[in-house]
Amino acid sequence: MTPERPITSRLAVAASSAGAGPAFWITGAILFAGVPLLNLLPDDSFFHVSDFTLNLLGKFFAFAILALGIDLIWGYTGVLSLGHGVFFGLGAYAMGMHLMLGIGTEGVYGNALPDFMVWNQVEELPWFWKPFYSLPFSLAAVVLVPMTAAAIFGYFVFRSRIRGVYFSIITQALALVAWLVFNRNETNLGGTNGLTDFKHIQGFSLNDPSTQLVMYMITILFLGLAYALCRWITQSRAGRVLIAIRDCEQRVFFSGYSPANYKLFVFMISAGLAGLAGALYVPQVGIITPNQIGVLPSIEMVIWVAVGGRGTLSGAIIGATGVNFMRSTLTNHFPELWPFFLGGLFIAVVMFFPKGIVGLLKKASVMLPSGKSKVENVATTD
Amino acid sequence: MRRSNIIRLSLLPVLSAWLLLFLGTSLSLATAQEESTSAPVVMTAQEAMTTLQEGSWPDKKLAADYLLKNGVPALLPQLEELRSNTNRRVRRLIKPVINLLKNKAGLASPDKGTRRAAARDLGARGTPEALPVLKEALSNEKEHWVRYDLEEAIQLLNLENADPQVKFTAIQQLGDMRSAAALPILQDLAKQQAGNLEQQTLKDEAEKASRLIQKWQDVTRGIEMLLQGLSLGSILLLMALGLAIVFGLMGVINMAHGEMMMIGAYATFVVQETFRMYLGEHLFDYYFFFALPCAFFVAAFIGWVLEGTLIRFLYGRPLETLLATWGVGLVLIQTARLIFGDLTAVRAPSWLRGGAQVVVGVQLPYNRLFIIVLALFSVAGIYLLLFRTGVGLRVRAVLQNRDMSACLGIPTRKLDAYTFAFGSGLAGLAGSALTLVGNVDPELGRNYIVDSFMVVVAGGVGKLAGTITAAFGIGTLNKLLEPGFGAVYGKVIILVLIILFLQMRPSGLFALKGRHLDS
Repeated sequence: MTPERPITSRLAVAASSAGAGPAFWITGAILFAGVPLLNLLPDDSFFHVSDFTLNLLGKFFAFAILALGIDLIWGYTGVLSLGHGVFFGLGAYAMGMHLMLGIGTEGVYGNALPDFMVWNQVEELPWFWKPFYSLPFSLAAVVLVPMTAAAIFGYFVFRSRIRGVYFSIITQALALVAWLVFNRNETNLGGTNGLTDFKHIQGFSLNDPSTQLVMYMITILFLGLAYALCRWITQSRAGRVLIAIRDCEQRVFFSGYSPANYKLFVFMISAGLAGLAGALYVPQVGIITPNQIGVLPSIEMVIWVAVGGRGTLSGAIIGATGVNFMRSTLTNHFPELWPFFLGGLFIAVVMFFPKGIVGLLKKASVMLPSGKSKVENVATTD
Repeated sequence: MRRSNIIRLSLLPVLSAWLLLFLGTSLSLATAQEESTSAPVVMTAQEAMTTLQEGSWPDKKLAADYLLKNGVPALLPQLEELRSNTNRRVRRLIKPVINLLKNKAGLASPDKGTRRAAARDLGARGTPEALPVLKEALSNEKEHWVRYDLEEAIQLLNLENADPQVKFTAIQQLGDMRSAAALPILQDLAKQQAGNLEQQTLKDEAEKASRLIQKWQDVTRGIEMLLQGLSLGSILLLMALGLAIVFGLMGVINMAHGEMMMIGAYATFVVQETFRMYLGEHLFDYYFFFALPCAFFVAAFIGWVLEGTLIRFLYGRPLETLLATWGVGLVLIQTARLIFGDLTAVRAPSWLRGGAQVVVGVQLPYNRLFIIVLALFSVAGIYLLLFRTGVGLRVRAVLQNRDMSACLGIPTRKLDAYTFAFGSGLAGLAGSALTLVGNVDPELGRNYIVDSFMVVVAGGVGKLAGTITAAFGIGTLNKLLEPGFGAVYGKVIILVLIILFLQMRPSGLFALKGRHLDS
């Protein structure tokens, strides 16, 4: 016998299933094939997408994968993690380490060791670097390392029923600590400068636009897979429990479910997605430093989801790409205004549009059809 | 009557004769004394100076030796002038003379610190000629710690003595004094090859003494770290008190609390600048008395405005307040950066500089003591406010049951606004106190906000005792772990400890007892 579902969870399921369908495949096809085709157009064409823009988009869509993960745990389960930068960083560093070892002797010092190790007078490759020579290992580590970290951290935290803001605060402390540790030189992760100067991936030069094009397409592919995974989870019975936990954890608990296990599961999935995002981010951006994984970026990631619309998967993608687009535009032209804008975004999204862009669109679409039909009626009667 | 008058009259000339005689002799004696010592010294000192300028090299050496023994600080300007006009050899020759004379002047200074510095300098760089100077200063000195420094300097100079007996006593004495300055020298002595029995005893004694000193240094380092930990804990306490009260009362997580601290620090900076520009240097030292209330009220006012415009719409939605106030923090930080730039230094008032020496090697800095005292006063104030006033009673009532309190006529909204402003003011005080130990920059608050929240989480919400214990616990632990593990791994360990601690007590050290599932 299935326990009676609260009305809110039924509504949420209905709402999230409404957005998908052909739209998913069309958007996916445009992003996967259409945009790269535009890139092949001649440079002076109006519709030409430059290599730079394509690279930027690739970065944004990598962030969108991360946002999907955050949406899963925050938007659906109601657990606000302020430490997702750490999982993003773990994935990014795992990929970065592989790329770093791929440089080989082409570095500044011509040494087989990464340059920063030569600089720090490290004689031998540390043991935890060695497996990263292998691509399959690195690709597995990209997802499994963040998931393991999330499992260990989450086990202790969820077990002691730390929730709500307490969880947020503890994860923020985790982000701070991770930032401090990654900044150290003796952890052999490149210190403040992070990992950079990558040359090639599997023999393909990273400076080559065609490599970047392929990276972009891989990112879109993984974004589609991540979306499908999240959709599958949220539509399943487990997904309903997640939403129920968000709406009333006690009731779920007393209905005989273990909220801690569900939360741990979703925390791990979202950490894995964050790691994947990090791994896609690194080859496209070419650098990963501790400053990209600390307290500040971690909380910024949350705001992407909030702006897009939490609790809707499309909202996470829209928010991540939209906010980052604004970011790169504003920091280019008015670097001093960006903190004001970002701060204002935090305030506005909480105060004025808690359901984000998707929420606003939905509100508009509720009003639109009647107006649209009137216009159509007028048109037909004429 | 008459007879006595006669006696008086006859006595007068006799007395006056005696008086004259006495005066005359003492005068002549005085002049004689001047002639025999002081007058020739001035003369010969002048002669020595001339010799130093014009005489042959051996004569110059003699003159320098003479000045080392008999020189007076009054000669310093002349010597300095000579130093800038002469060749390198003479400069080297007169350098110890200048050093000794300078320190001699320092030892005569009315300022305790100058006397101590002079004594220490002589101990570190002095020559045996300084011994009589030091001994004389010691016999006139009354201050305990100046005496200590003088004795230390004497024994340090005695270490160079050729007589093994003197050397032996010096080593023993320095060990007993736990002299930090002697440690490297003693360690060197302990390492030297001993040729005979005498040297072996000296070596053993030096080893013993350096062990004593090292052990003592471990103790003093511990005390110093404890003090630093307590002062860090005090700052965390001032921050966390506001956070905990606001969270307990309104269910609001104020991520801009660190920025209230930053505002307090900048308010202090502005008050200081105002004092420096419009009031004289003699009034400058009092700026801190104005800066403290100023920091409190400016931060409280901004907190009040923040509550009225933003927070009040978000009551009971902690996650939302967390995000919104983080945004507020970003805006405040950027505003401060545009106004004040990146880094500003606040000069601590002179009465908070330096420190009180309690035992050998332990200096209690006044600024840290002041911060601790400030925190204690604030806690006492909050305690009185919460438990001895009508407002406090109402705040506690709302803390326990908001709806019931509102029903009973407590103006909960007004109370919230005041409490929020008060909590922000406390953070402002913390910021003001922080200027005493470090620089001010726009991101000042960010360094403390995470730690402050850890204090709230570990201490539990709603009880003062929990916050106080957690603040001092985390602050002290932070500083105690620092030397062993480094600041970074210390923080890692603290986070792990807090998570493990929450396994046992999920709602913190002290929590309001209730029947809620949430608490």
